[in-house]
Amino acid sequence: MTDGKFQSTSTEREQLREQCEREDLVMFINACFAATRQNEFYTDQYRMSVSIEFLHQYVLINYRLLYSRTLAAGINHFNQLQIIFNLLQAGAPADLKQRTEEGALIAVALHGLPANRVYALFARLQKNRVNNRRTRAVIKAYLNWRRDPEFDAIKYRNKYRAAATHVHSRLNEEVGRFLFDRSNQKPYTMPLLNQYRQAQYSAAAIYELPFTVAESLAQKHKVPRDVFLNKIEPKMTATEKLRFQATAARTKGAQIEFDLSRAGLTKLALYILSLKQSERVQRADELQAALESAAEKTLTRAPLSLGRVATILDRSRSAAGSREKRNRPLAVSLAASYLLRSAATEYRAFWTPAWEDQSFEILTHAAGQTALAEPLLDALEWQPDLIVIVSDGYENDPPQLVDQVACVYRNAIGKAETPEIVHMNPVFDADHYAPRRLGATIPTVGLRDAEDIPTMLGFAKFTAGAATLDELEEYLAFRVNRMLHSDGT
Amino acid sequence: MEHNKSKATDCLETISLKGLTLAPSQVLGGVRLVPVLRKQLREDLRLTKRPYYEDIAAVQIDNKTAYYSYIPHAFIADWSDDGSPAVAYGTQIRSNKSTKTSDGKAHDLGFMTARVMKKMRARENRNRLRFLPMDVSLEGFLSLHFGGPQIIWEEYSREAIRDGLSPRCETSIPGRWLKGLEDALRVFEIHTNQVGSLVFVGDALASAFIVPHPDDYRALHETLLTDEYGELLYFYGLYAEENRLHPDAIDARNVQSLKDLRNEVARVRSDWSKLHSLMSNNLLGCPVRNEMVYRMGPFHLQRFMTELNPKAENHIGEAIVRKNGTLEYLKSYRLSAAQCRRAYLLMQLADSNWSLDACAEKLACAKNELIYRLEKAGFGHLFHRHVLDQVHSEIRKGK
Repeated sequence: MTDGKFQSTSTEREQLREQCEREDLVMFINACFAATRQNEFYTDQYRMSVSIEFLHQYVLINYRLLYSRTLAAGINHFNQLQIIFNLLQAGAPADLKQRTEEGALIAVALHGLPANRVYALFARLQKNRVNNRRTRAVIKAYLNWRRDPEFDAIKYRNKYRAAATHVHSRLNEEVGRFLFDRSNQKPYTMPLLNQYRQAQYSAAAIYELPFTVAESLAQKHKVPRDVFLNKIEPKMTATEKLRFQATAARTKGAQIEFDLSRAGLTKLALYILSLKQSERVQRADELQAALESAAEKTLTRAPLSLGRVATILDRSRSAAGSREKRNRPLAVSLAASYLLRSAATEYRAFWTPAWEDQSFEILTHAAGQTALAEPLLDALEWQPDLIVIVSDGYENDPPQLVDQVACVYRNAIGKAETPEIVHMNPVFDADHYAPRRLGATIPTVGLRDAEDIPTMLGFAKFTAGAATLDELEEYLAFRVNRMLHSDGT
Repeated sequence: MEHNKSKATDCLETISLKGLTLAPSQVLGGVRLVPVLRKQLREDLRLTKRPYYEDIAAVQIDNKTAYYSYIPHAFIADWSDDGSPAVAYGTQIRSNKSTKTSDGKAHDLGFMTARVMKKMRARENRNRLRFLPMDVSLEGFLSLHFGGPQIIWEEYSREAIRDGLSPRCETSIPGRWLKGLEDALRVFEIHTNQVGSLVFVGDALASAFIVPHPDDYRALHETLLTDEYGELLYFYGLYAEENRLHPDAIDARNVQSLKDLRNEVARVRSDWSKLHSLMSNNLLGCPVRNEMVYRMGPFHLQRFMTELNPKAENHIGEAIVRKNGTLEYLKSYRLSAAQCRRAYLLMQLADSNWSLDACAEKLACAKNELIYRLEKAGFGHLFHRHVLDQVHSEIRKGK
């Protein structure tokens, strides 16, 4: 086997191997942008979880280094937690350098995640009996990093206790007493813990506690809902305020002041879509201004400037999502529209299917079929520099035509001046382990929030198949570097 | 099939989708749903359902005959005579005490509940008709030569002479049993101006359902699940796999400009439409035997049956047709092979004046074989016991 023939097949095999690795990784990272273990319009939770968990195991075992580096690629919270869980479960690698990098990535990623999700991860680690030295160190470090242990102990009581028991961590004396010795009636010196003790007996004391804790105590003391909502307002987080707008509107006498532009862009879009059409019309100016300022704020955080941009936004019935993710794909489309409008010098949105009165984009609602070919033709006619398609990829009127249109346009009409077309898909397709593609000509990237669009536009070149494995590794290494050496954002 | 041609020349018609177009299908698993779109909307006929919750319903047809079936709902048709918009039943804002909300009487028998109704079709108002969907056509199918032999040939038993084919029964499968239909209906994206859909199971046409107005369709979309289907489709559903259709792709050679590309896209769309009409050519554009059931102003409720050919797909169904021939309402049922065979044999027999000899000659088989076929099809009770015994023994001997 030393003749020239072997050599040639060897390079061929190398190429194949490179291609296979690249495709695996791109698929995985792409899936990590969009996948959650939740029901979707087309797939149920069970199939989702089987699919995404298999994908994680596959990549963990075959490409461990890149698996951990994916934490820095800007993927969604669910997948970050899944990666951290799998890394902790698998134990630390032998190589010192890799071990250090992984440890640092895990720590930084945990700091960036919402506390409730992190504590849920700790509880999950306990439930799955993952208790190696590294896991204990990670949990201890996190608990020490938190600024108000007593606040966390109250708000995430059960999970905090689970984490503390799991790692045998030495807690502050009073927090320990609070978590493990409830029957003890001795007063605390920490004001918040004392407040909690008092709140068990006095309705007046509940308003210093976190909202979620106070809510159940208010029930216990039979505090009227409107009184409670008005008094607890200062203690609510921004997300809670946004979430309780509808409740406050329902409750007579209650009002929760909230500056809409403070909410994240996609969250705000979700809130707007939860309103009735008539209310959206009434508050149109306010809502639009809020969306615009949210888009501006997103762009100051992640700058993006584009030329002439056209978007094709899918508002077919499947954009209604599922019970768990109501209107999520539609909200992403709406938010993407506002974000790109702010980022572009010239902008046009093509909603499909179109509806009669398009004066306000915020009046969009999910109904009808998915026809992408004609809107793409309209967009191409306008001759933009970039076309962004936001759709769940289930094109059905007719199927697989948009890809043909893009392909024929590129080959026969546009030639080198064809605008770049990117498909952004907010929905993970369990059967194909990736967000569903529209076809070979149009690169598809997963998209969790519209805020991620700047990252996704950078990532699109990898899904298009133009970049090599080395470039992908470089890209990840760059993101890792940025994540580890930026200050905690 | 000479019989059909000779007898049905005056009412021979075809089910044509005049004014309707077929949009590209949506597939999930073995179930393919083809949206039917209406180009021009007229609002003078509206259709809604009135649900029944009983396990079984009995409907009196005449003094001696009753029709028993599971009936999930009735359809209420409202129309206006002068073409002005009609309002669908139940959508009026004012409450009207004289408006009926139920039919007949519901009985709780302990082990089951039953509803007893006096009429298959009841005029509730000058411009409102209540009818039982699917049962219009099934009633027609079951009552085919229901009276039994008209000439008392010696082979027929006394029961056959006295009671005819009674009790005549057929079984069908509820839509819920069809594998994948429920999910396919759930994820189906209803078009804006969609008025109906063609249901394919394993790419065989199971049912066609068309209503007058898109709003009606949106409300009645899920009734496809409670509808009845032939048992053949149940098996098709079990074994069917997702099948993709590929009409001719866009031809890059024809494309020089954006306008050409637009034309090509339109061409692909029309190809889809053609493809779907081709797939349903055993119902659409096929000659059918029509029977007028009810006249409602400018509309006619009629039932139809395709020419019963035991070797091909056969459908029965009902339709509301406007005077100018536009199809306003259509519901069809694909007969299973056994059902089709039964009807075919009965029709051949009736056509030869119930003479077994003449019929056997017409079908080019021996009389024994014909009796054997009839018995296998489920009509053994029509013949004297000794006739059947003799047939059996002769077939055993190999005569």
